[in-house]
Amino acid sequence: MPAPAFAETELPQAAAPAAIDLREEFETSGVKDVLAELDRDLIGLAPVKRRIRETAALLLVERARRRMGLAHETPTLHMSFTGNPGTGKTTVALRMADLLHRLGYIRKGHLVSVTRDDLVGQYIGHTAPKTKEILKKAMGGVLFIDEAYYLYRPENERDYGQEAIEILLQVMENQRDDLVVILAGYAQRMDRFFESNPGFRSRVAHHINFPDYSDDELLRIAEQMLEKQNYLFDAKATAAMADYIARRRAQPHFANARSIRNALDRTRLRQANRLFESAKGPLDAKALSTISGEDITASRVFALPPGKGEGK
Amino acid sequence: MRITQGAFSFLPDLTDDQIRAQVQYCIDNKWAVSLEFTDDPHPRNTYWDMWGHPMFDNPDAAALMMELNACRKLYGDRYIRVVAFDSSPGWESVKLSFIVNRPDEEPGYRLDRQEAAGRMIRYTTRPYAADRPAGARYG
Repeated sequence: MPAPAFAETELPQAAAPAAIDLREEFETSGVKDVLAELDRDLIGLAPVKRRIRETAALLLVERARRRMGLAHETPTLHMSFTGNPGTGKTTVALRMADLLHRLGYIRKGHLVSVTRDDLVGQYIGHTAPKTKEILKKAMGGVLFIDEAYYLYRPENERDYGQEAIEILLQVMENQRDDLVVILAGYAQRMDRFFESNPGFRSRVAHHINFPDYSDDELLRIAEQMLEKQNYLFDAKATAAMADYIARRRAQPHFANARSIRNALDRTRLRQANRLFESAKGPLDAKALSTISGEDITASRVFALPPGKGEGK
Repeated sequence: MRITQGAFSFLPDLTDDQIRAQVQYCIDNKWAVSLEFTDDPHPRNTYWDMWGHPMFDNPDAAALMMELNACRKLYGDRYIRVVAFDSSPGWESVKLSFIVNRPDEEPGYRLDRQEAAGRMIRYTTRPYAADRPAGARYG
């Protein structure tokens, strides 16, 4: 795939009725805004952003070709997002739906997020209508299947998941103009899933891997989350949070940004409690929105010996 | 005899793209669209068979088109119509209804006259197709 250099991309000279300024397309279609938002709102995830830029470039060029009447094929847009929990797969899928909508590849731009339970039924004859119902709901938008590998259960050959997979594949192939499917899950298990379902592998064009966040990025994410809720760290709290992230990572069930969000929720709880118990007299807005170091260091994570558990 | 019921029935049959556009219009107006089919198209037969549930929460017309194609596969020799219901007043009322599929041959209706007391005449219409048993009326 070419580097996302929109202005330099050469247009095919032959039989072009008019020139299309890709730079202008880029700006007027709203793609620029989506990509800028992506850069601004999502911390880290550099490889993901690069892939999205590349995909956007390809789609823009495809669209320009279509307008000029050049040979084009609706590109296969089904994707797979792999990565550990809390690395922003759902968030990026939402942005992706927006992006595809602005480029005109999907008509509505909504995201329907489902898991196995929404697609697979409990008894014979239950699965097909259930899956179809979800597919119909997602048409014109993006269907996001979280932890897609649960659809396939090789240990139980009478599992209804296979039926859902067959319907999915059929619609993914025949109604490519109506629906984009994004499969998401942990990298290793997704690989195994694709190995045992070659139909899926060949129908999914874009595989995007979401790396874990670094400690530094997580700290910035924490600050961003707090800022959205009108809270802020004082100096001691920032240091405590950095320490917390390093310790939390070493413990089992670490889920990147999701762990941070949960930690912040508990921190706010402790802050409220502290204010309630220690406040003598009226509090100003600053006191109400400042998280101090002790709110964080009271966490259970600090009580455990470091490095306990499976670790990473 | 081509039967004319519902909207657009004096126009040539709608193409799939036109149907899709009409259905999208209904959905954009927050009406619930559904499909119904019958082989008894008498004008007073208001209760056609439903094809699946009304589609309440599908934002795109592609969903209905998928169902329509499935319905045509099974009941392509019958009448199929799209019905759009508006629930915004607090009850469901039909806002738009149009035929999207009809049999290749439509034999039409016979007019029966029944002489009653005092030279009174009672009229009734019967579709010729209804002479045959349900399910085997067209084609």
